[in-house]
Amino acid sequence: MTETSQERILSGFAASDGLVVGRAVRLVSTAELQRLAGSPEEERSVLAGAITRATEELEALAETQDEMGAGILEFQTALLEDEDLLAPVYAAVEAGQPADQAWIRIIDGEVTEYREGEDDYFKARADDLLDLKERVLAALHGRETAQVKLDGDIIIARDLTPSRFLELDWSLYRGVAVCGGSPTSHVAILARARGVPLVVGLEDALETLQEACPAVLDAESGRLILAPESATLEAIGRRLRAREADDAAAESLLGEPAVTAQGERIEILINADDPKVLAEVPVANCDGIGLTRTEFLFSDGALPDEQKQFEVYRDLMTWAEGRPVIVRTLDAGGDKPIPGVTVDDESNPFLGLRGVRLSLLKPEVLKLQLRALARAAALGPLKIMIPMVTVPEEVEAVRALLEAALSELTAEGVAHARPQLGMMVEVPAAALTADRFKVDFFSIGSNDLIQYTTACARDNAAVTRLADARNPAVLELIGRTIEAAARMGVEVSLCGDMASDPHHIPALLERGLRRLSVAPAQVGRVKLAVRRYG
Amino acid sequence: MSELPAESSDAKEALASGAATIQDPTGLHARPAVKLTKLAKAHDATIEIRAGEEGKWVNAKSPNAVMKLKAGSGEILFVRAQGAQADEAVKALVALIERDFEAE
Repeated sequence: MTETSQERILSGFAASDGLVVGRAVRLVSTAELQRLAGSPEEERSVLAGAITRATEELEALAETQDEMGAGILEFQTALLEDEDLLAPVYAAVEAGQPADQAWIRIIDGEVTEYREGEDDYFKARADDLLDLKERVLAALHGRETAQVKLDGDIIIARDLTPSRFLELDWSLYRGVAVCGGSPTSHVAILARARGVPLVVGLEDALETLQEACPAVLDAESGRLILAPESATLEAIGRRLRAREADDAAAESLLGEPAVTAQGERIEILINADDPKVLAEVPVANCDGIGLTRTEFLFSDGALPDEQKQFEVYRDLMTWAEGRPVIVRTLDAGGDKPIPGVTVDDESNPFLGLRGVRLSLLKPEVLKLQLRALARAAALGPLKIMIPMVTVPEEVEAVRALLEAALSELTAEGVAHARPQLGMMVEVPAAALTADRFKVDFFSIGSNDLIQYTTACARDNAAVTRLADARNPAVLELIGRTIEAAARMGVEVSLCGDMASDPHHIPALLERGLRRLSVAPAQVGRVKLAVRRYG
Repeated sequence: MSELPAESSDAKEALASGAATIQDPTGLHARPAVKLTKLAKAHDATIEIRAGEEGKWVNAKSPNAVMKLKAGSGEILFVRAQGAQADEAVKALVALIERDFEAE
C-alpha cells in the first residue's frame, strides 16, 4: 500500500545548528513583545482588557498568600485602579502608541522615581512596579504569566523576542522555528549559546499548522519539514547518526586544547552573554572569556552602581581562574534599546548612536563602568573592549576617561590595576584602517561587520541571504585586520557568530586567525572543526 | 489634577482640612497607603494630602502618588478636601491615620 504524502517543506535560514525529529506546536499569540499599534480604540480596549486580566490574576494569587504577601499584591492591584497612573498611558495610546510601549514607558518612568531617595522600603517598591509591568505585558501579549506546557517539542512561532526565549523552559522543547528574525538577531545568539536548534525566516505556515503535527526541524540547512514521508525520515535518521558520531567526537574534545591537524594550538575563548551560563561551563574547557556583554547588567532598566558592577566582574575573574577575561563596555543602541540610556526615534538605529558613540555622550555611565572594571582588574588579567569604534579619537576619549578613573581610584586608595584597552572591529572604516588605532588588542565583531559591509540590517529577514559571512569583502576586511594586528604586535580574536559556526572555521584559520571566541554550547564542535583543519 | 486653592474666600464649595502624625515605624507603607486611598475614593470630594508642611499636595485617591510621598514614621500628613462630603472625608482620613490604620 502506498503512502499518501502530506509532506510539506518550509524553507528558512539556519540560525542555531541542530537536527530534531518531533512534533511541531504553535506558540500561541506571538503578536509578541512588540505590538504593532492598532487604532487608538483597539489599543485602548486591549490595554483595558490586559489590566482587567492582570487584576484578576493578582486577586487569585493574593488568596494563596499570607497577610504580608497579600498586602504587597493588594498594592499592585490598587495601582491598576489608579486613574492618575493610568491616565498618561491611555493618553499615549490615544496619540497612536502601541499599548505595550505606552505601558512600558510610563511604568519605567515611575520606577525611576521610586528608586530615588534614601529609604530602602520605598526604593523596594520599584520592584512592585516592575512586577506589575511584566504581568500587564504578559496579559497584553496574550499569554499566561505562568509557564504552560505545550503539546509538542518543536516550537513554531511568528516571532520570538529574547525575553520570551529566556522564559521558555528549554528542557521541555527541542527546537524552534520562527517566521521573523535573522541568523544574527539576538534570539539567534541566545539559541546558539544554549544549543537550542533554531530556524528563522520561515515561510509562514502558522495558519494551517496542525497541532502536534509530526515534523523535522532541520537547523543544519534551515528547513522545517511537516508530516515527513518515511523516506525523508530514513534520510534524516542517517544524518542524525552521523551527527551523533560528531557530537561524541566533539564531546571528547571538550576538555582538550584546540589543536589543528598540523599541531598548531588555537585559543578558544567563550562569549558570556549572561554570566549565569558560566556556572554550567567548566573553565578548563576554554582559554578564557573573549567577550562579556555587559548589557545584561542594565536589563532591569536601571543603571547598576559601581559596587554591583564590580561584584559581577569579580565573579567573572574568579570563574576564569587566571585566564584572560575581556569585558565589553556597554553596547546599547541598535536593536538593543535600554530605557534612559539609548536615544528613541532614530530613523536608522544601526547607523546611529550605539556602542561607544552613545557611551561618549553619557560619559558618567561609562566612567562608572571603567572604575568598576579597573577594580576587578586587580584580581587578574581583565581587558576592556570598546564596541562600535569608527575612528581613533573614540579610543583616545575612552582612554582619557580610564586615566581619570584610575587617578580617582589611586586618590581614594581603592585597590585596582590598569586593564588592557582594546576595541571591537565591526565598522568597515575601522577594519580598513586598523593600523591607526593605538590599542592593546582587536576583537572582530563579525555580526556587525557583515551587516555594515553588505548593507543588510541584522533584523531584516528579507536580506538574510545577502548578509553572507563568506562574502569575499567580509573575509577581506577580516584578513586585513589580522594582518594589521600582526604588524602592530597585538592580539586579535573574532567574537562574532562566525567563530561559533564550524563551517566558517577553515576560512578564518586560513586567514591567520588563531584566537576564537565562541558560544559556550559550541566549544566542542569548534574544537572538532579545528582538529579537522589543515 | 488641578491644585486646590490653599485659601479661598469665594470658594463655591466647602473646603476642609486636617492633619495627623504617622505612627507606624515603617512609615506610610503599602498596606496603609492602599487603605488611605480606598477610604478617599469612598468620598466624592477632591482630596489631597501632603507629607510635612513643605510637601507637595498629591491626589489622595492615587495609591501611586500616595506611596511616592515616601512619608516616614513621625511625619505629619496634611489632608485637604473640596466639594461634596469634604468635611466628612477629611475627618475620616485623619481618624484613619490617628488610629494607625487599624480597623475601627
